[in-house]
Amino acid sequence: MIAESKKTPAARYGMSIDVDRCNGCGSCMVACAVENNIPPATAGATDRTGLTWIRVFRIDNGAEGAERRSAFVPVLCQHCGKDAPCVSVCPQQAVDVDPATGIVGQMPERCLGCRYCMAACPYHARYFNWWDPAWPAGMEKTLNPDVSPRMRGVVEKCNFCHGRWHAAKTKAVANGKTEIDPADYIPACVEACPSGAIHFGNLNDAATETAQGARLPNSFRMLESLGTDPKIYYQSKKNWVREISSAPRPAVGKEKARG
Amino acid sequence: MKHRGTIVFAAGVLTALGAGWAGFPRVIYQTHQQPVDFSHQIHADKAGSKCDDCHAFRADGTFAGVPSLDKCSGCHAAAMGSTVAEKNFIDRYVTPQREPAWLVYARQPENVYFSHITHVKRGNLKCEKCHGNQGTSNTLPPFQQDRISGYSRDIWGHAGRPAMTMDACVACHRQSHLEHSCLDCHK
Repeated sequence: MIAESKKTPAARYGMSIDVDRCNGCGSCMVACAVENNIPPATAGATDRTGLTWIRVFRIDNGAEGAERRSAFVPVLCQHCGKDAPCVSVCPQQAVDVDPATGIVGQMPERCLGCRYCMAACPYHARYFNWWDPAWPAGMEKTLNPDVSPRMRGVVEKCNFCHGRWHAAKTKAVANGKTEIDPADYIPACVEACPSGAIHFGNLNDAATETAQGARLPNSFRMLESLGTDPKIYYQSKKNWVREISSAPRPAVGKEKARG
Repeated sequence: MKHRGTIVFAAGVLTALGAGWAGFPRVIYQTHQQPVDFSHQIHADKAGSKCDDCHAFRADGTFAGVPSLDKCSGCHAAAMGSTVAEKNFIDRYVTPQREPAWLVYARQPENVYFSHITHVKRGNLKCEKCHGNQGTSNTLPPFQQDRISGYSRDIWGHAGRPAMTMDACVACHRQSHLEHSCLDCHK
């Protein structure tokens, strides 16, 4: 068994997001909330205090009138490399980078709620539970049993729909395979995107669309100069969109979305 | 009375130890009986059952756990033996088509992900490794429920391990160099 797992090369899951294809509909945000048991916003929640593991930002080129152009950029946990800023600051070892998948995992039960990780994260991809999670009566029946809900006082974030990875792995073992079928492991946001802007896959496998997207000349990563080695690759043919990769904040405006 | 102090001290120690060892578990654990007086040994010996005859995997790889009444009714539509336990089971559950409310010793908190098939098929672990040799047990032990957490005191059958703790999982994973990340086993 050990020999077998050593033979299997480590995966490096990531995304390639075509900003030019994103129309800002927010389907990814909704699908993510449903998949990952993210409760509806509590009254009084703002952009800063609400929960959403993926947020679509609106950016524009700064011009006025007819020259003005807008674009939408979905921002989720960028799943940094092994030197992820949130990992090194956590006093509870509640964050880790899985060497087998490259997924940055958050353990809410270990989290003490100090929010160092939120301060350390350059992408504002982490969210704090300011309230107890609550669902409208009857809606708790729609909760996903593969994802445990979080409690008040802890931080949460995207984990590439880890419940789906578990399901894919179980299915692979049941079929006697050592590796999961890529078709079985697709995060909810990727599945929901109507314009096909997000590709998800193993970046170490050069044949995947994700790895090919990451190698395009128009491809960039957010705040690459920080050396966090993120695994979310964006691409755009527009220069002014690509400039956000070096901006101190990824956006100048936000969608009026909940959370 | 030269030793009076010593005697009082010893009596105090013994009382405190007695309360701690004998009394405390009664306070913290509530004991329930399983709904059916079930013998694994009889099923293994007389019916020649293997573990996976009843505790089977579904087609998608998930584990069915305790079998449903249909499985039992398959053989026990009418009494096969002459025991009182079997007669009671048929009268109370099989005839009225009522599922027994089995108490599951191995129930885990909701943030735990455990895949039986990964351990059995890929890890080649025997059922006995974690559950003890249940094929030879004649009765179901009482279900001792922690009044605070609601979980069982013991994962039944495993000698020398007080409960199915995370430490036990981690120890084995560490030994096999399969300890990767928290999300391997948490969700």
